Amino acid sequence: MNLGTRAGLRMGKATRDAFGEALRELGQVYPDLVVVDGDVSNSTRTEYFAHAFPDRFFNVGIAESNLVGVASGLAASGKRVVAASFACFLLCNAFDQIRMSVAFPRLNVKLVGSHAGISIGEDGPSQMGIEDVALALALPGVAVLVPADEHATRAATRAMLEWEGPTYLRLGRPPVPVIYDPDVEFLIGRAFRLRDGNDVTLVANGLMVAAALDAAEELAARGISARVLDMATVRPLDVEAVVAAARETRGIVVAEEHLHFGGLGSVVAMTVAEQHPCPMAHVDLDDTYAESGAPEDLLEKYGLTSQRIVASALALLERV
Amino acid sequence: MTGRERGLAPAERERLEALARELRREVLIMTSEAGSGHPTSSMSAVEIMVALYFGGVLRYDPARPTWPDRDRFILSKGHAAPILYAVLAEAGYFPKDLLRTLRRIGSPLEGHPNMRRLPGVEASTGSLGQGLSIGLGHALAARLDGRDYHVFVLLGDGEIEEGQVWEAAMAAAHWRVHNLVAIVDHNGYQQTSPVSAVTDPRTYVEKWRAFGWHVSEVDGHDLVAVHAALRFAKAYRDGPACIIAHTVKGKGVSFLERDFTWHGRAVPRDRLQLALEELS
Repeated sequence: MNLGTRAGLRMGKATRDAFGEALRELGQVYPDLVVVDGDVSNSTRTEYFAHAFPDRFFNVGIAESNLVGVASGLAASGKRVVAASFACFLLCNAFDQIRMSVAFPRLNVKLVGSHAGISIGEDGPSQMGIEDVALALALPGVAVLVPADEHATRAATRAMLEWEGPTYLRLGRPPVPVIYDPDVEFLIGRAFRLRDGNDVTLVANGLMVAAALDAAEELAARGISARVLDMATVRPLDVEAVVAAARETRGIVVAEEHLHFGGLGSVVAMTVAEQHPCPMAHVDLDDTYAESGAPEDLLEKYGLTSQRIVASALALLERV
Repeated sequence: MTGRERGLAPAERERLEALARELRREVLIMTSEAGSGHPTSSMSAVEIMVALYFGGVLRYDPARPTWPDRDRFILSKGHAAPILYAVLAEAGYFPKDLLRTLRRIGSPLEGHPNMRRLPGVEASTGSLGQGLSIGLGHALAARLDGRDYHVFVLLGDGEIEEGQVWEAAMAAAHWRVHNLVAIVDHNGYQQTSPVSAVTDPRTYVEKWRAFGWHVSEVDGHDLVAVHAALRFAKAYRDGPACIIAHTVKGKGVSFLERDFTWHGRAVPRDRLQLALEELS
């Protein structure tokens, strides 16, 4: 992938790898941490924890509903629980269990969905979690975290385990560029301001942050200064950062590896509409399922590129 | 309160039977006053609940609803909330006056149990099929913590049409959790039909056994038998245990019994007295 090359970023690890490593480390810190996985631990990387702490790991099997229910019971008896599977299977298959057994009783279950987005590639649409953020946002009180690189993911994993109440952590399959220093601090509810600018603001999360940084370079070459916000927490949203962007720049482009409706773009647009209306544009998967293919080819074909962010920003600036 | 190792003495049996009658009346009154609810689904489970809570089977302390060593009871068939509420009030978790607020705005006695609002409620239920998984989570937590508490989950017979129940049944047997007991309130009816019109109840024993559970069958209205089955299931050490309790939906009131059209309906106030007389 040439993601992040324009911005001079070097390729790092996949966020799922960083999560797995962080979870293994945190197993030492939290003796009450229990991990349940739906028979995909070598994909979600909870296997690192499983090998280090076999007594505190349960492979619940290919049964996501039961996975979430077991997590709920463990949490109700005082455990700090991570429940992991593919984003699509966890959120889509077990949605009602998450609603009734986790969100409604506000239990301390940390839902972790790997293989989010279309960048999983060849396995195709049945394995792609592209509705997951919308589903998680539909549940009252569930914090939604979408870290952009390995270091942010490590920090997000730690922050998530310290957070009281249900959370959803979204992870990707392929390696992504390194954006942060290893000691970055992840504050739930706080956007990372990666680049200052006052013409336009690019709001992104997950692997689209690197694309936004590439786009900002390209825009700079055209004499346009772009602010870049990594909205690594979708809920609670950093309203202040969004309103400041709406007030201080001429418009906002939101970029995310998710369907058009119900994701980051939706919550940013609502906030802007309610608090400080400004022109907006969205770079996302529109309203369609993708297909099998190499990750790079899919991102290109479905428009998740820095070029589309640049074009959207230019079009937006033209109409203001 | 702790259990004893012997069966029910005759005096004890009489006390529990009187209590069962009283709680049945309470279920009818509270739902009738609320004008809605599921009295018949509650009435089939009365003896099961009485034996659990007042026959010395369940270890609990109303003064400490979150006591880590308590036994857990999970009402997976959440629509039977009225009998759970009546039992919890009788046990002393909250004042009995509260029963008159069932289903009213502001009351913690919601249409289906909400664990965040009422002490003694171990799980928020009402979307069927989820309680056994939650119970399994509690049972595993006991193992991790080296505690000896037990988890009892009450399921409906219609409810076990939900696939999640069987996911949980498979996993519980695989992990050989000996501290998990499933009780199926087999009253024979679901919302729109007899259960037998949808699935075959005659195969319950084979099914649970095939999934790896110890299974017993009991007359769910015979307090002595129910008590003995619960005591046995609690003591069973080789894995999870299931009790198929043969019950009657609407038990105790002739015009409610075995009539599924009463599912989700309270007895109208003008017929309440008639119903209560049958239970006096």
